[in-house]
Amino acid sequence: MGRLDNKVAVITGAASGIGLATAIRFAGEGAAVVIGDLNEEGGQSAVRQCRENGGRAVFQRCDVAAEADIKALIERAVKEFGKLDILFNNAGLGGAVGTIEEITVENWDRTMAILLRAVFVGIKYAVPEMRKIGGGSIISTASVAGLSGGRGPHAYSAAKAAVINLTRSVALEVGRDRIRVNCICPGGINTPLLYNRIPGGQETTAQFLSQIQPIPRAGMPDDIANMALFLASDESEWVTGTAMVVDGGLTAGASLFNRPGAPQLAVPGGFSGPSFEK
Amino acid sequence: MGKLDGKVAVITGGASGMGRASAILFAREGASVVVTDLNSQGGEMVVSEIAAAGGRAVFQRTDVTSEADIKAAIERAVQEYGRLDITFNNAGVAGAVGPLENIEAEDWDRTFAVLTRAPFFGIKHSIAPMRKSGGGSIISTASAAAIRGVAGLHAYSAAKAAVVNLTQSAAIALGRDRIRVNCICPGVVLTPLIYRGVPGGEKAAEQSLARMQPIARVGRPEDIAAMALFLASDDAQWITGTAMIVDGGVTTGNQRLRMDQLGTGGFSGPSFER
Repeated sequence: MGRLDNKVAVITGAASGIGLATAIRFAGEGAAVVIGDLNEEGGQSAVRQCRENGGRAVFQRCDVAAEADIKALIERAVKEFGKLDILFNNAGLGGAVGTIEEITVENWDRTMAILLRAVFVGIKYAVPEMRKIGGGSIISTASVAGLSGGRGPHAYSAAKAAVINLTRSVALEVGRDRIRVNCICPGGINTPLLYNRIPGGQETTAQFLSQIQPIPRAGMPDDIANMALFLASDESEWVTGTAMVVDGGLTAGASLFNRPGAPQLAVPGGFSGPSFEK
Repeated sequence: MGKLDGKVAVITGGASGMGRASAILFAREGASVVVTDLNSQGGEMVVSEIAAAGGRAVFQRTDVTSEADIKAAIERAVQEYGRLDITFNNAGVAGAVGPLENIEAEDWDRTFAVLTRAPFFGIKHSIAPMRKSGGGSIISTASAAAIRGVAGLHAYSAAKAAVVNLTQSAAIALGRDRIRVNCICPGVVLTPLIYRGVPGGEKAAEQSLARMQPIARVGRPEDIAAMALFLASDDAQWITGTAMIVDGGVTTGNQRLRMDQLGTGGFSGPSFER
C-alpha cells in the first residue's frame, strides 16, 4: 500500500533536481503525477521514470511565468486523473545575481515572476479544485535563503522569504477547507540549478557541498522529496503553515570550535566561573 | 517492510499521550522499543499492546529528573537489543503554572528538571552508543510554546525554548558523527497533560479545543507520532537542528483577520485617491 494511493499531484519544475526526485517518489507511492516543466525532453524522461517506478504520469509543458500555463496544468490534472490532491510549486532558478546596484529591474521582475508569482498563481488555481474534494496539500519550495541573509542572491532571498510568509497567510485562510499549505526550506542541494553554474559540475559541487553543514554530505534531491512526500501524505494531516527546514544543520547556528579563522579554544569541559575568579 | 526495521528506540514518557502513540507506531514500523515512564502500570500496558500486535518492547521505570535513570534506560536498550538508534526525549509536565509572581523557585526548577535537563541527559548518554551504531536520531518534544510565549505557562514556555536551542547546538556538534538532533513543536494535542485540567475531560477538551487552530480539529498524539517517525527514519537522513512545527497552524499568525473583510477582490490604491 502506497502512502499516496489514489492521490493526484501536480509538480512544477519536475524535469530535473528536486521536482524530478519528488515526481518519482510520489509515483512510487501510488500518486498519479502531472509533470510540469519548460524542459520537454527532461519532462518526457521524468514521465518514463515515474512509470518505471510503478506510477502514472503525464507531461505538460509549463512556463510558470505564465498564469495561463499554470491554470492549464491544474486543469490537465483534473481532466486526466479526475481531481487534484497535491500541488508542489517547485520550479525555480537562481534569478538575478550580482551586487544590489548591478541588478536590473527586468531581472528582478523575472525572478519574482518565477519564484513568487508562480507560487501565488499555483495556490490560486489549486484551492477551488481542492475544495471540491474536501481538502488537499499545497507544498512550495522555499529556501534557507528565505530565513536569513547571505544564503543566496538578493532577489532569490527576498522571493523565498515571501514564499514562506505567503504560505502562512494562505494556511490561515484555507485551513477550514482542510487544505494544508506548507513550504520546504532546502539547504545546499546538488541540483542542476547549482552545479550547472559551478566549474567542475556535479562532482565538484558535491565535494564543496559536503563541507558546508554539520552533516558531512551534500544534500540530495531525495532528501527534499522525502519531506515533500511527508507533507503530501495524510501523515501530516495536522501540519499547516510551516516552513520545514531540510538543510543538514546548515542554519542551526554556529560552533565555538573548529571555525575557520577562529582562535583554537582548548576547553576540555567543566564550568566557566565568575570572571573575577581565576 | 517497516520504516524502522532493525532499529532500537528509547522513548521517555511512553506510557501515555504522544510517547505512547510513538512507541506503538515505532514498533509497528519494525523498531524494538524501550518504553520508559514514571507510570509503571501505563508503561506495562503499552508494552503488552505492542507485544499483542507482534512488536518488540520492554518497559523500564524512569524518573527523567534522575540522570542515573536516563542512563539506565539507554543501557537497557543496548543490553536488551544490542544497540541504540533512536532516543525520543518526550516526557513532559505542564510544570509551574499560574501568574509569574506566584511561581515558586522550587516549581520553576522542577519544571526545568523535567523539560530541559532531561533532554540534555538523554542527548548526553545517547552519544556513545549512537557513535557505535554509526549514527542515530535524537528527537525531543519541544512545543509551540517555545516559538510564542504562553502567559500562564511561563516556565514551560522558557524550558521548551531552551530545548529548541539545545537541539540546534547539539546538532552542530554531532553532525559529523551522523547523529541527528531535532525537536517537534506540537500545538494543542489531546493528551492527559492537556485534558486532565479541562472540566469534562477528554471529550469536552476535544470539542472546545477544536477551533483553536486553522485546521478545525484538536491535535492527536498520532499527529506527533507521525512526525517523530519521519524524523527517526532514514527519510530524514539530512535533517538536523530543526524544530518541526505540528500544530494545525496555531502559530502561523493572527487567525481573526478574514481577508473577505478587507474587500472582495480588487486593489487598494494610493490613499489620496477615492
